[in-house]
Amino acid sequence: MKQKVRDTDFVYNVFTYLIAAIALVITLYPFLYIIAASFSGSQEIYRGEVYLWPVNPTLSGYRQVLSQKGLWTAYGNTLFYTIVGTAFNLAATTIASYPLSKKSFSGRRFCNFFIAFTMYFSGGLIPTYLLITHLGFYNTRWVMIIPSLLSTYNVMVCRSAFSNIPDEISESAQIDGASDWKIFSRIAVHLITPTLAVLTLYYAVGHWNDFMTPLLYISDNNLMPMQVLLRRVLIQSSSELMDIGGSTDDRAAISIQIRYVTIVVATLPILASYPLLQRYFVQGVMLGAVKG
Amino acid sequence: MKQTAMNPSQKDWKKRVKRGLSRDKYLYAMFLPFFIYYVIFKYIPMTGLVIAFKDFKPGHGIYYGEWVGFRWFIQFFKSPYASRTIRNTVLISLYALIFGFPVPILFAICITEISHLKFRRIVQTASYLPHFISTVVLVGIIMNFFSMNNGIVNNIIEKLGGERINFLVNPRWFRTLYVGSGIWQSFGFNSIIYIAAITGIDPVLYEAAKIDGITKFKQAYLITIPMISTTIIVLFILQLGNIMSVGFEKVFLMYSPAVYETADVISTYIYRQGIESSSYSFAAAVGLFNSLINFLFVYTANRICRFTTNTSLW
Repeated sequence: MKQKVRDTDFVYNVFTYLIAAIALVITLYPFLYIIAASFSGSQEIYRGEVYLWPVNPTLSGYRQVLSQKGLWTAYGNTLFYTIVGTAFNLAATTIASYPLSKKSFSGRRFCNFFIAFTMYFSGGLIPTYLLITHLGFYNTRWVMIIPSLLSTYNVMVCRSAFSNIPDEISESAQIDGASDWKIFSRIAVHLITPTLAVLTLYYAVGHWNDFMTPLLYISDNNLMPMQVLLRRVLIQSSSELMDIGGSTDDRAAISIQIRYVTIVVATLPILASYPLLQRYFVQGVMLGAVKG
Repeated sequence: MKQTAMNPSQKDWKKRVKRGLSRDKYLYAMFLPFFIYYVIFKYIPMTGLVIAFKDFKPGHGIYYGEWVGFRWFIQFFKSPYASRTIRNTVLISLYALIFGFPVPILFAICITEISHLKFRRIVQTASYLPHFISTVVLVGIIMNFFSMNNGIVNNIIEKLGGERINFLVNPRWFRTLYVGSGIWQSFGFNSIIYIAAITGIDPVLYEAAKIDGITKFKQAYLITIPMISTTIIVLFILQLGNIMSVGFEKVFLMYSPAVYETADVISTYIYRQGIESSSYSFAAAVGLFNSLINFLFVYTANRICRFTTNTSLW
């Protein structure tokens, strides 16, 4: 009986390690291929010779992509929207959620319901689109920042964090004569820094990956962020990141190589900072799960 | 000192509101700008839904239009697009649920069994990676990997002796690609919550079972899963509640007229009708229908959740 248990346990262990290994391969292989292809010669990719390692290693793809002004404009825009947008988000989320966290706030129930309702029912795409264009946001930088100022879910997470601060702290500050705003800005905000780190991350990634807002509201190329450029290059096969000239066959091959280079160039910052930020993402999942 | 009256008169009520307002005036001041934000960007669009019952023409106010009642709704349901989009929306959600839901759970169970810490950490970290690439990049990868002439997937198929498949133009493959890539992208990240639940199980249970000579297979089946069943049920019901809302972005990036038959969902149909064809009222009507159905499903899912497990979103 004991031997049988040991045997089936062995099978089980093999099974688990196998699944884990498969998961590892499935997750990593696409990235490895993309990197290999980005460093490979265009003809070699075109002929299907690349599987895991760069074939005919070259930097010509990178040279082309990184020398395109359009790429840097788009990158700059994405950085602008991400940094400025997230700053606005954080300020707005903390200020909006602080009153909601105070048990003694007389408008608490009303305001909580007021914002919670928007999570379940909304005007939808068309009325929102009509409103935002009607307000004059079309083709402005503000359209990437103001309409997405608050995420109700994040406001609730922040509200939870604030409400976990012991009342004694704000009460003693009150006795010392501090106003609500002072308590908020000098004390409360500093006490929830882990939550703020997670919120910063969520908002920043949201801005970085935002594709719909520019798709709907921006047509000026100077204001276009990375994601729209990526769509043109990767999915609509635009050749805007390629050098001019060469035969049509060459161009077809180079276009594929360029696409893989573009993926690397666009995703590298995220993937590079990811190990450092992984901790916060995991924390963020738990924050959402344990609702206060 | 609080004043509690058995039958609060009108005067008392007004006094309490006034008192509340003056005592909390700075807090109200803090919230006010964002109250305005919600009114403008969330609630006014809700009122803008009236154009679903009107014949809206652009170039005037956002409520402009002569009243036409349910015309657009009837038009939608009479058209073949209604059944196609609803069917595709539901099928995609169901496939994602049936095939995608168990994967993070199984992965979580496997991962927690791995005793070799370094390997475990590597696999876990790698599994979170796909979560961070944007939808555009993800679809870009799909489009290029599964392309007919140069895609690595077809290259491998051909190397192994098979025939190349035109994945991207064939409607039969759309749901598989959509759901499959979704699973690839999210299984690692979604397993986090299950892993946390599993590590929270009291080890005493396992020890007691071991003394009775239990196999590891039975252990996963009789202890691990029942102990995290609350988490599983809650997440399942919540995902079920979202069955009528398939995200617009990924479908929009992945589809093409060739695959509309299986790929066109309600949200993409609304986009094409409203934004591309400027049939604002019609699209708003379809959107209203979708929002209401969604609300119904999510609300029901939440009630069921609360009723059966004492936990819910609220």
